[in-house]
Amino acid sequence: MITLSDTITFGLIVGVFVGLTAGYLGSIMVSRHMALVGDALSHVALPGVALGILFNFNPFIGAFAFLAATVIVTWYLQKSTTLSVEAIIGVLFVLALAIGILITPEVDLLEALFGDVSKITLTDTIITVLVSVGVLLVARTIYEKLVVSMISKELAIASRIKVERINLIYLFLVAIIVAVGIKEVGTLLVGALVIVPAAAAKNISSTLSRYSLMSAIFGLASATLGIILSNYVNVPAGPLVVIVGATIFAAGVAASSLSRRLRSIRNTI
Amino acid sequence: MSDVHRTQISGANQSQAEASDILVVSELGVKSQNKTILEEISFKVKKGTSLAIVGPNGGGKTTLFRALLNLIPYTGMIRWNDEIRMGYVPQSLVSTDFPLSVAEFLRFKCRTDLEACIRSVGLEKEILRQSLGSLSGGELQRVLIAWAIVDDPSVLLFDEPTSGVDIGAEEPIYDKVNSLKKEVGITILLITHNIHVVMHYADYVLALNKRVLFFGDSKSLTHSQLLSIIYGNEFALSEEEYHKE
Repeated sequence: MITLSDTITFGLIVGVFVGLTAGYLGSIMVSRHMALVGDALSHVALPGVALGILFNFNPFIGAFAFLAATVIVTWYLQKSTTLSVEAIIGVLFVLALAIGILITPEVDLLEALFGDVSKITLTDTIITVLVSVGVLLVARTIYEKLVVSMISKELAIASRIKVERINLIYLFLVAIIVAVGIKEVGTLLVGALVIVPAAAAKNISSTLSRYSLMSAIFGLASATLGIILSNYVNVPAGPLVVIVGATIFAAGVAASSLSRRLRSIRNTI
Repeated sequence: MSDVHRTQISGANQSQAEASDILVVSELGVKSQNKTILEEISFKVKKGTSLAIVGPNGGGKTTLFRALLNLIPYTGMIRWNDEIRMGYVPQSLVSTDFPLSVAEFLRFKCRTDLEACIRSVGLEKEILRQSLGSLSGGELQRVLIAWAIVDDPSVLLFDEPTSGVDIGAEEPIYDKVNSLKKEVGITILLITHNIHVVMHYADYVLALNKRVLFFGDSKSLTHSQLLSIIYGNEFALSEEEYHKE
């Protein structure tokens, strides 16, 4: 019989909403070949988390402030220079990580990097649920426009899609969900919640609707199973969330490879 | 970018334009890293006509389209008629390596009869289930045409619609484009390398090599004259040689 403390229950609720939303957003990130951008973006939150710890305010606010600033700087530099998003975020990520490690008190560094589900409060849970629902609704509204602008910018503009505005909104949504996911899996691993479920779903999907749905479900499954497991084996939830996601990914790769082989055998008979 | 003056106007009150002009381009110039890509480009497109844009590689054809779509900074003036609805058929798609079926792609724009939509470009309904990335060049071009025409545009921009398409599959695509012009009265702007296409399907031709080499009625030129304008006299064939080719 599973028995869960209040804090783990809060962690699970946060896991359900963050996992689902991050997975859904990740389906766009992975399709745009921006998987490493998602990962790097999450590390940018570290100085904000550190400031929250140092000055005793909610680290979510500090994390979001740094992520939002990074998104704006990235968006501006991408528009006004020939640098790619990967290069810009790459520079900002290492800078933020360096500053974050310098200013985070040593005793809190591990928690900032890998998260701590047991520290999730009722307020955190309420904020996460509301924020996640809002992010999901906005993402759902712009999803088709993001897909069209991804397959051809010219096609999108001719279809009266405001490509740059849509991209900026999307990056903000990722920043928000990364910020709320930090308490659960930490700044080092929160990017995995965006990337791994989507990578697993892409491998086994033939349509966009299935891809985005599976991505969201895998995100939810990794987050919740990781937290439940951490309650049993008494290790931080963050790494377990990532390991569960990677296991789903590996199972998907194996299943799709097996299915291809079976199809090829059937065709040769 | 401070020296860039950009005027993309839509409106019917411009005195220099006639009511039948769907597009007026005047003194258009584009520079990239201090290199001139286009300069002093001026032309007009009348409603319901087709304009072929030809020229050597690097002559600025695609740049002109990008300026017309307001994707890049430019100097001069581009004025589209107020009431236009624009459809665009790109040369290819940037990314198709993710799961997106033809039906899902078309449903972004066409909420009603997908089968009618796909049949209008000569494809069978079975293709709706296929992934966009698995289509042949000709099939993809037709799907892109279906996407472009589904919401009844008044102007269609084609960027080399048959690049990457088998020779046998080219003709039906141009026939479809031509029938759209005749039946629905769509204005067509078409980038092509194919002189045969210019002579058979376009009312007007704009030959570009950074500047306008020629702009006028396509029927006023022979194949040989057009080749000579674009590539110089040494590439021009006699009419006899052209038809033999």
